Amino acid sequence: MTASPTLPLKRTCPYAPPAEHVALQRQERVTRVRLPDGSSAWALSRLDDIRTMLTDPRFSSDRRREGYPLQTPGPPRRATERPTLIGLDPPEHGAARRAVVGEFTIKQMNALRPRIQQIVDERVDAMLAGPRPADLVSALALPVPSLVICELLGVPYAEHDFFQDRSARLLLRSVPPQERFAAANDIREYMATLIAEKAKNPAEDLLSRQLAKGADQEELAGLGFLLLLAGHETTGNMISLGTMTLLERPEALAGLKADPTVTPQVVEELLRYFTIAEYVTSRIAVADVELGGVLIRAGEGVITLANVANRDPAAFTDGDTFDIGRAARHHVAFGFGAHQCLGQNLARVELQIVFDTLFGRIPELRLAVTADELSFKDDSDVYGLHSLPVTW
Amino acid sequence: MRITADLDRCVGAGQCVLTEPAVFDQSDDDGTVVVIDGAPEDEETIDRVREAVHLCPSRALTLAEPTSTP
Repeated sequence: MTASPTLPLKRTCPYAPPAEHVALQRQERVTRVRLPDGSSAWALSRLDDIRTMLTDPRFSSDRRREGYPLQTPGPPRRATERPTLIGLDPPEHGAARRAVVGEFTIKQMNALRPRIQQIVDERVDAMLAGPRPADLVSALALPVPSLVICELLGVPYAEHDFFQDRSARLLLRSVPPQERFAAANDIREYMATLIAEKAKNPAEDLLSRQLAKGADQEELAGLGFLLLLAGHETTGNMISLGTMTLLERPEALAGLKADPTVTPQVVEELLRYFTIAEYVTSRIAVADVELGGVLIRAGEGVITLANVANRDPAAFTDGDTFDIGRAARHHVAFGFGAHQCLGQNLARVELQIVFDTLFGRIPELRLAVTADELSFKDDSDVYGLHSLPVTW
Repeated sequence: MRITADLDRCVGAGQCVLTEPAVFDQSDDDGTVVVIDGAPEDEETIDRVREAVHLCPSRALTLAEPTSTP
């Protein structure tokens, strides 16, 4: 009998899930895994099981519940403080999400395209005017989503170094919990001050619009924190990983360059292939539930191995192959259920514009180092690249 | 074929609009689904509506097959 592995596990190859995850998927449908604190939880590795679990109200997102698995440490909370979106269950979640999701509709995101294009062009201009090789992460991948989310929320971009530093530390598993708390608290305090200021002097931005709709200042600070964090790390990591992947796969890159209509499909395939935030959709059972042939008891944690699920042979043909012709959006890279990523369509638009612009304007772009010299964020809750030296 | 949308379940993810913008839209106010064409007849459109039903993360969409043939 194989001993159950302790999660979280690191990827040893950027293009593949940890080997132990693959083994778990091949072993049994639902398996038992150990957690660093000595407790254990259930692991789901099949796409269909994850989709079922994430739409079943008997699994809670409330991270305050005893035994919630693999938590990213949040800011220290007061007893009266309510969780923000990602930690809410129905019916509170639906109302809170509907209060803000109008800001992220397909129409709204398409309306942002010209401004995002301008931001991307400015960053590419700056990169072209600078020295070669350039680090794509600091020149483009991080600044673009950071500029976009700051502008949308109404957060001064001048503060972006502060946020990038704190959000990166908050997500690092090797950083001691107290330091992660402190990083989260810094952002939260900054947000609270900023929102109090906007209450006095409203501007044309998301935070001001939420205040005008009667949002509670403290809850809005929590939401602003969440959006800023999500907007900084995730899209940035997908830009750098996506660029690396396309530079290493000339055929896929040629396909992208030849036909701009395939870009959305390429982006979707990159999202599936990397599934950079796979444990985020873990939950805790609040009732006894039978799932995938096992009885999950109330109070037990369920962890989603979304990266292997996004290669599940039952859901994807040749799931380990990167295929820009796949046209599959049934992956769970953005999660599933009522909590599916609020900013997913902003991320899609940003990624589409970045790849089209980058490879359109610098067709001779190439890696400035060999692939084995690259350093990955394999210790972070959100996978990515520390830097990506490129030249042209 | 008749599409019904449960607005209490809808979380405005926009998957349906990405899949078939001729049938689905979103409310400017709260992002919830607006069904523009509740009874599409074209086969290809119906296929995309089926896909949208499958992709909807909150399972807010249902497609009722005709109960009887005329």
